[in-house]
Amino acid sequence: MNGNVQLKSQVDVKPGSLRGPGVAIRERRLGSITGYQGTAEELVRISLNGAVRERERSFTQVGTCSSFCATLQLSLIQDAVVINHAPAGCAGDFPLFNLYNRYGQVKRRLEVSNARLITTNLNERDTIFGAVQKMLTAIREAHRRFHPRAIFVTASCASGIIGEDLESALEQAEKELGIPIASVNCEGFRSQVWATGWDAAYNAILHKIVKPATVKRPELINIITFIGDDYFSELLRPLGLIPNLVVPFTKIEQLERLSESGATAQMCSTLGTFLGAGLEQDFGVPEIKSPPPYGLEGTDTWLRELARVTNKDEIVEAFIAAERQAIQPELDELRQRFAGVKAFVAAGPAHGHSLMSVLQDLGIGLSGGCMFHHDPKLDHGDPAGDTLQPLAKRHGKMPYSVCNKQFYELVNLLRKLKPDVVLARHPSLILSSAKLGIPTFFVDDEHLGLGYRGLLRYGRKIGDWLRNPSIERNLSRFTRLPYTHWWLEQNPYSFVEEEA
Amino acid sequence: MSQLVELPRHMCALGGQQTVAAIERAIPILHAGPGCGYKLHTGMGACNGFQGGGYSGGAAIVSTNSGEREVVFGGEDRLRSVIDGALKVMDGDLFVVLSGCTSELVGDDTAHVVSDFQLGGVPIVYAATGGFRGNNMVGHEIVVNAIIDQILEPCEQIPGLVNVWSSVPYHDTFWAGNLAAIRELLAGLGLKPNVLFGPNSGGLEAWRKVPAAQFNLVLSSWTGVSIARNLNERFGTPWLHYSTLPIGGLETSRFLWTVAEFAGVNASVVRNFVKTQERSFHYFFERAADFFLEFRWDLPARFVTIADSYYGIGISRLLTNEFGLLPSHQFVTDDPPEEFRSGILADYSRISPSISADATFTSDIEKVREILRSDTSTPPIILGSGWDRDIAREIGGCHLSIAAPMTDRLVTSCSYVGYNGGLRLIEDLYSSILTAVQ
Repeated sequence: MNGNVQLKSQVDVKPGSLRGPGVAIRERRLGSITGYQGTAEELVRISLNGAVRERERSFTQVGTCSSFCATLQLSLIQDAVVINHAPAGCAGDFPLFNLYNRYGQVKRRLEVSNARLITTNLNERDTIFGAVQKMLTAIREAHRRFHPRAIFVTASCASGIIGEDLESALEQAEKELGIPIASVNCEGFRSQVWATGWDAAYNAILHKIVKPATVKRPELINIITFIGDDYFSELLRPLGLIPNLVVPFTKIEQLERLSESGATAQMCSTLGTFLGAGLEQDFGVPEIKSPPPYGLEGTDTWLRELARVTNKDEIVEAFIAAERQAIQPELDELRQRFAGVKAFVAAGPAHGHSLMSVLQDLGIGLSGGCMFHHDPKLDHGDPAGDTLQPLAKRHGKMPYSVCNKQFYELVNLLRKLKPDVVLARHPSLILSSAKLGIPTFFVDDEHLGLGYRGLLRYGRKIGDWLRNPSIERNLSRFTRLPYTHWWLEQNPYSFVEEEA
Repeated sequence: MSQLVELPRHMCALGGQQTVAAIERAIPILHAGPGCGYKLHTGMGACNGFQGGGYSGGAAIVSTNSGEREVVFGGEDRLRSVIDGALKVMDGDLFVVLSGCTSELVGDDTAHVVSDFQLGGVPIVYAATGGFRGNNMVGHEIVVNAIIDQILEPCEQIPGLVNVWSSVPYHDTFWAGNLAAIRELLAGLGLKPNVLFGPNSGGLEAWRKVPAAQFNLVLSSWTGVSIARNLNERFGTPWLHYSTLPIGGLETSRFLWTVAEFAGVNASVVRNFVKTQERSFHYFFERAADFFLEFRWDLPARFVTIADSYYGIGISRLLTNEFGLLPSHQFVTDDPPEEFRSGILADYSRISPSISADATFTSDIEKVREILRSDTSTPPIILGSGWDRDIAREIGGCHLSIAAPMTDRLVTSCSYVGYNGGLRLIEDLYSSILTAVQ
C-alpha cells in the first residue's frame, strides 16, 4: 500500500472563516515547529521575518497526539458523549480524563460521575471492510444510554488511514437523533504538534455548537482554559466582570452561548488560539490579544487590555495599584528567599512563557527553557499577543529550545545546565529530571500563578518544595536513568537534524 | 467482542509495550503513531494504581511517532533511524520493536528492518502488535512469543526450574506483588521459579533460561496458554495449566498440592510448608472472625466480580468458601477465546459443591449496569475496576477496585495471591467499607 494511501479525512479550511468540517494542522496554518535550538531572541527574530523552519529528530521517544488533546477538552463537557472511532488502545487516556472529571466535579461541588466515553473498538475486520455502520450503532447507543445534548466523534490513525467517510454518516445520524453530532479530525499521524488536537476540538464546537447571539452579556468573559481552579474571579470580579471558564466542566447550553460574551481571553494562548480567533471572526466576540495574566507586567498589560475592550478603563488603574501594593511585602520576602536560585522550565509554549514570568518576578533566575512546540504566530495574527517577545526582552540570551517531550534530550541538557529547580508542565516529564536529583515541580493547576496573588501562591509552593527535596535525592541515589554514558556525554541536540 | 465498548478496561495489542517495560533492562521501541505509547502507559500504568513508567516505560519509551510522511510514503527508513538511535542512547539488554496500527496498515515490513539488526548480532525482537489485532492480553502473548521465537535457544534442563506465566504486567495492577508471591510459594516447595517480570527477575539472562525449565506453569484461565504451547512445541517443555488465581487458605493449599504433584515434589516437603503457611493464615482468620461475625448483620452478604477470568474465579472462591458470602452475577471482562469459555463458565457453576454463579462475558459497562439494576437481591460488594464506582453507588453496594483501570488506589507491591494475599484482599475490602460507613 505504500505510496498510494489517500487521506480522505483531510479537509481544508474554507478561506475567510476558521471553522469548517475540518481544521488545518498547525504546521500548515501557523507554521508551527517541534525542533529548535538557540536563544529566545533569535526565535522571536526568525518568527517575525517568517524564517522559522522545522528541524526533525532522527531518534525519538513517545510524544502525545492530537486525539489526546481533543478528547481532553471534549470529554469534560458534562452533558455530551465522546465516541472514539478507534481500536481500544486509543482509549488509554479515558481513565485520565475520568480522573480529571471526578476530581474537578468534587472541587466544583458537582454530582460526581464517570465521563461519558465510548470506543468503537475497531478490529482487523473493520480495517478491511470499514466500520461506518459500527460508528452509527455507537452513536445510536450513546443516545439511548445518555440522551446527550451533543455527540463528538473523534477520529484515529486507523480510521483516517482506512479512509472512513464520517461526515455523511454523521449528517444522517444528526437528522435521525436531532442533536449536534460533530466529527473531530484529530488523527494522530496528521500532526507532530499535538496542540492541533485542541484546534480540532474547538473547531467542532465552533462549527456545530456555538449559536449566533440573540442577546449580549458584556460582563461575561469567556476564558479558554483547562481544569484549574477559578482564580480568574480574583482579577475579573473587582472590575465587575464574570469569568466563563470553558470548555471543561461546561454544559452544551453554555457553549451554545459563547457568542453572547463581552470578550474572550485565554489562560494559555497556544491552547485557545483557534477558539478565540473563531469566536471573534465568526461571532463578533472580541479576543483579548495580550499575553495571559501571569507575572506583574503581564497581568498589568492584560488587565488594561481587558478594561479597554470592556470599557472599564476608569477603574482598572486603581485595582492594579491596590493589588500590587497588597502583595509587595510578601513578594519582597519571597524574593530574598529565592535569591540565587535558578530554574529551568519545560512546558507548552505560551504557558511556559507565563511560568517564566512568574519565576522572574519571584526573583528566581532562568537557566533555560524547553517548549513542546513553537507557533510563529497565533490565529488572530496580532504580534501583540505573542508571549515569547516579552520574555525575550528580559532574557534574550537564555538557552531556549523547542522539543516535543524528548526526555533523552532534556536529561542531557539538564545535566549540563544544572538548574536548582525544574518546573515541568507534563506529568511524565518530571521523573527524568527528578532522577538527576534536581527538585522538580509539576505544574498541575495552571491557574495557580495567575495574577498578582498567584505570585505569592507560587512562591509559597516552590519555597516549601525546595526545603525538602528528599524524593529527588533518593531517586538520584537509588535509581538509574535508562540512558547510556555515551549519550549523556554528547551534545544534547545531536539527533536534531538540519532544517527541512 | 468487537462491538463498541463504553469505558474500556482492556487496551489494544500494542499494550504489549508494558510487558516489555516489565522485563528488567528491556527497552520497548514502538513503530507507531505519536500518541500510542503515552496513551497505553496512561491506561495500563499511570491510571491503573498510579504505576509509574519505571526504568524504560512511560515517557522513556522509544517511538517512531509515525506522521503523515510515514503514512503516505512508508516508515521503514524512519524505523531504521530510530532503532539505530535507540541502540546508541538507551541503556538496555533487550530491545523489542512493536508495530502499531499506522505502520501495519500502510504495510511497512517491520520484520525485515528488525532482522537486519538481528543479523548484526543485536538482541532485538519484532512483535506484530497492531492495535486492531486484539486486546492487550493478546498483545502480551504476542510479545512473549516473539522473544521466545527470535531470541531463545535450546539449552540443558535445570531440574526444578519453572517458568511462571500468570499476571499480565501492568494490566494486572498487582502484577509485581502477585508474581513475587507466586515466586515465594513455589520456592517454598523447593522449586526454582522464573517469574521473568518485575524486580529481581533477572532480565535477559533469566529469559535465556526459559528453555531450560523442568516445566511451564500457566496460572491463568487462558492468557499464557499459547506461550506454553509454543514452548512445548519448540523445546518439548511440559506445562501445567492452573486456571484460577490462588487466593486465601483453601485455594493456595490446593494450588501447592497440584503443582507439587506435577513437579514430583516430595509430599513431606509440601506438607510441612503448607502446614506452616496455613497455621499463620488461620491465626489471622481466627482473629478477624470476631469482626465478620459481629458485623455480619450489616455487611453485604453478596458479591459481584467484574474482572479478568482467572481473577474473578479466584476472588469468588475466597469469598464464598472462606468468608461465607454468596456470589451474585459475575462478569468476565478479558474476552477469552472461544475454546476457554465453557471451562470458565463451569468454574463459576461450581464455586463450591452447593453454590454456583451465573457469569456473563462482557467488556461493556452497559451490560453490567443492566444486569445489576435488574437484580432484586440485597446490594452486593462490587469488586471491579474504577469505572464501576457509579453503578455500585447507584444500587447501594460497596466497591473495591481490583481491576484495571483504577485511579482511586495507589498500588506498589500489594499482592492478592497466596495465603497473605487472601488476607490482604479482605483487609482492603473491609477497610474500604468501614471508611465508607463512618
